[in-house]
Amino acid sequence: MISNEPAVTPELIAEHGLTPEEYERIVKLIGREPSFTELGIFSAMWNEHCSYKSSKIHLRTLPTTGPCVIQGPGENAGVIDIGDGLAVVFKMESHNHPSFIEPYQGAATGVGGILRDVFTMGARPIACLNALSFGDPSHPRTRSLVAGVVAGIGGYGNSFGVPTVGGEVRFDRRYDGNILVNAMAVGIAEKDKIFYSAASGVGMPIVYLGSKTGRDGIHGASMASAEFGADAEEKRPTVQVGDPFSEKLLLEACLEIMAKGCVIAIQDMGAAGLTCSAVEMGAKGDLGVTLDLDHVPCRETGMSAYEMMLSESQERMLMVLKPDKEQQAEAIFRKWGLDFAVIGETTPNKRFIVRHGGAQMADLPIKELGDEAPVYHRHFIENKRLPVIDSASVKPPMSVADALQKLIGSADLCSRRWVWEQYDHVILGNTVQRPGGDAAVVRVNEGPKALALTADVTPRYCEADSFVGGQQAVAEAWRNLTAVGARPLALTDNLNFGNPERPEIMGQLVGCVRGIGEACRALDFPVVSGNVSLYNETNGRAILPTPTIGGVGLLADFTRSMTVAFKAEGEAILLIGETRGWLGQSIYLRDICGREEGAPPPVDLAAERRHGDFVRQLIRDGLVTAVHDVSDGGLLIALAEMAMASGIGAVLEEHADLPGHAFWFGEDQARYVMTAKDTEAVLRRAKAAEVPLRRLGATGGAVLALDGERPLRVDELKRRFEAWLPAYMAGGA
Amino acid sequence: MKSAVIVFPGINRERDMARALRLISGREPAMVWHADIVLPAGTDLVVIPGGFSYGDYLRCGAIAARAPIMAAVRSFAAKGGLVLAVCNGFQIACEAGLLPGVLMRNAQLRFICRDVYLRVERSDTPFTRGYNAGQVIRVPVAHGEGNYIADGETIARLEGEGRVAFRYSSPDGIVDPNWNHNGAMNAIAGIINERGNVLGMMPHPENHVEAAMGRTDGRGLFAGLVDHFKLAA
Repeated sequence: MISNEPAVTPELIAEHGLTPEEYERIVKLIGREPSFTELGIFSAMWNEHCSYKSSKIHLRTLPTTGPCVIQGPGENAGVIDIGDGLAVVFKMESHNHPSFIEPYQGAATGVGGILRDVFTMGARPIACLNALSFGDPSHPRTRSLVAGVVAGIGGYGNSFGVPTVGGEVRFDRRYDGNILVNAMAVGIAEKDKIFYSAASGVGMPIVYLGSKTGRDGIHGASMASAEFGADAEEKRPTVQVGDPFSEKLLLEACLEIMAKGCVIAIQDMGAAGLTCSAVEMGAKGDLGVTLDLDHVPCRETGMSAYEMMLSESQERMLMVLKPDKEQQAEAIFRKWGLDFAVIGETTPNKRFIVRHGGAQMADLPIKELGDEAPVYHRHFIENKRLPVIDSASVKPPMSVADALQKLIGSADLCSRRWVWEQYDHVILGNTVQRPGGDAAVVRVNEGPKALALTADVTPRYCEADSFVGGQQAVAEAWRNLTAVGARPLALTDNLNFGNPERPEIMGQLVGCVRGIGEACRALDFPVVSGNVSLYNETNGRAILPTPTIGGVGLLADFTRSMTVAFKAEGEAILLIGETRGWLGQSIYLRDICGREEGAPPPVDLAAERRHGDFVRQLIRDGLVTAVHDVSDGGLLIALAEMAMASGIGAVLEEHADLPGHAFWFGEDQARYVMTAKDTEAVLRRAKAAEVPLRRLGATGGAVLALDGERPLRVDELKRRFEAWLPAYMAGGA
Repeated sequence: MKSAVIVFPGINRERDMARALRLISGREPAMVWHADIVLPAGTDLVVIPGGFSYGDYLRCGAIAARAPIMAAVRSFAAKGGLVLAVCNGFQIACEAGLLPGVLMRNAQLRFICRDVYLRVERSDTPFTRGYNAGQVIRVPVAHGEGNYIADGETIARLEGEGRVAFRYSSPDGIVDPNWNHNGAMNAIAGIINERGNVLGMMPHPENHVEAAMGRTDGRGLFAGLVDHFKLAA
């Protein structure tokens, strides 16, 4: 069919990340050897990133429906109903490998990609979050990766004009050779004006919109589907370059032509670019697609069909337009200074045909490209259960006060201000709760409704017990939304793991997905979108299993959102939930005792639900003045954060039932700290609801005063809390 | 007060600005596209809002300063019309020659988004009449290039003529390098032109105008402008 393309050899097939078996499957499917361009198209559609071939059978077990769900997984993003005719569109996606190779552009284009997923569906983005995992602070690359990733996220989001309101940052040596950059975007659309990717109608024009196509990012999705070796640096040319200015124009132009009723179907060109978007639009609409690449706007001359089909140049969209609205749409795009070209049409024959320079470069069955991608039931080994650590056996190497002082200024528990101050978190004027609390709160339009947003996972729990870790990630997101007074609605998951061809890694994935599914069902918290990132390994060393959960909750009235800061002196401090002093896998055990051991704290989903519903009710009825979920670092860290956020200290009472370090630093789940003016009312309610509640002490003074410990000045704790990250980034830590 | 908000490609705080104007003046501002060549008839106030016009490519504000609508803005200002230029708007106004000096990269070379304290230097301008001289207000900044710099002569003139409208300060109004987050000369956060009808400032008063959202320190600027036009009428 084509003369000037390279011959397809076993080496070329391997370079495309296809196994000999997968290649045989292709030959059988199309009844002949594929051309070079066709091989590229198959590799783009059948890599792990696009086909979910290792994870698909497990993802199917997740609950994806519920009363608020309008669109679950399978579209550009998930869509949920928040009443008043409005919908929330959101998703989280990883850009791990590109960010490790080229941190600024990798992270920036990660943000750009997820924003496109959201506005492709007709939503205006209102907030971004991100979850970042870096290597050990002492690793020589960590500092520059942190600097580059944070600058890249800020550089893109700030310019695009969306507030980046929350997220998380962690450090662990297991990410030394493979950092994680998970970006989440959230948008608001009118419920009856959601746009989907399925084409409809034969002979409809397929229109290319946005920036021009260049040679960047070719095989990006394939790169994301393979492990790193020592040659990671050489993969720099596969990283795309972001242009937030074009994306902002693309947003405005897309929303404008959607409002004018020009659009039948729309799909952004993300991973695997033109190939993936065109195939998806056709296949979902049971239609064929013919593309004529001679009309594709190109940044450079002489690009081959293969390069155009696999380019991952950013800020591009593919649309099927209503033929009578084509001119109107073109005028809008020209106004915004963006490229607009009719590059193909829909056909009745379900073939994916690509023409270039008068030659036919590909002719493939469009449904089978996606539907017939291999699905693997990969072998997996469940992880071994680790012994429960008896807290009485853990000898405290220092006093509780000294441990708090050390932990509050440690890499994993210190303030992230250095990071989030580089993100514009106030633009659009709707940020009710800024970064630093349990969840960000963003007003919806002019209110009174607001969304609570959070991103959570505890990878060390997932490694120790994948099932429990999966449950805990969901429970913590649910708790964080609850702590600001929101009703958790739905979540997006970003599953980051190592090489799934290794049974123990596959076991982590299977365990985490099971745990996530169980927690979602117990908490009525469905999964509506997500992304899987596998092969996060370098030279055979895998990352910690990191299934990030991005949660969205709804507040009826933004003026009643709850915060962590103590509000006044002399208020009672109350703890909800059971404290057993669980030190296994705790930060205390790791950072104070130097032991990474034991089973993680168990998750009792019924208790989570009961305690969370109780807390939400207290907030709604105005019975509490501050609420904070207890998570990493345990109770005393939560209390210190509440004190530092307000400058008000606390007098904390005796706790005879447990050793001090276990009581204050254990990481038992399903717990919240609250303050209240009227303790009796809260106690009565707790008794009636059968929720364990104990009094911890009272707010007041300028110190944290614990029985038998030296008092700790709140301002001194805050100084340590704020000092670590800036000092580290300045090269001092 | 009839306001016109100029929209360049890449501007992204025009909605925030429009909301503040609507809430405080009670009137929806006109959104004016950069490619237009005239301002709406009867415009009282022109606002150049914040954002990343033309992606900040080339130099912040440099391309926008040469957009078609800017000729109309220049002649509006030359006739004494009031121009409020915020953040990227300030950068554009400097590039367009409406204000002296230039905004360089923040001293620490990072984008910074946080609430800052501003000392209001004088209350006898249309832009600051809603405040008292010496009053300290708290408003957010969100910029990577807000470090105001001008030659010695220009700074001396600005100071001598009392044209510094806002200065970064401590919460109790002390000018102190620790509270000058971007390293601006003389802690300058906002200046007016010679005639006093153009204000450029880096912080975002438009983001602190709603009591329900927590802070209202930015209202004074808009309320003062509304009063100014009420008195003029």
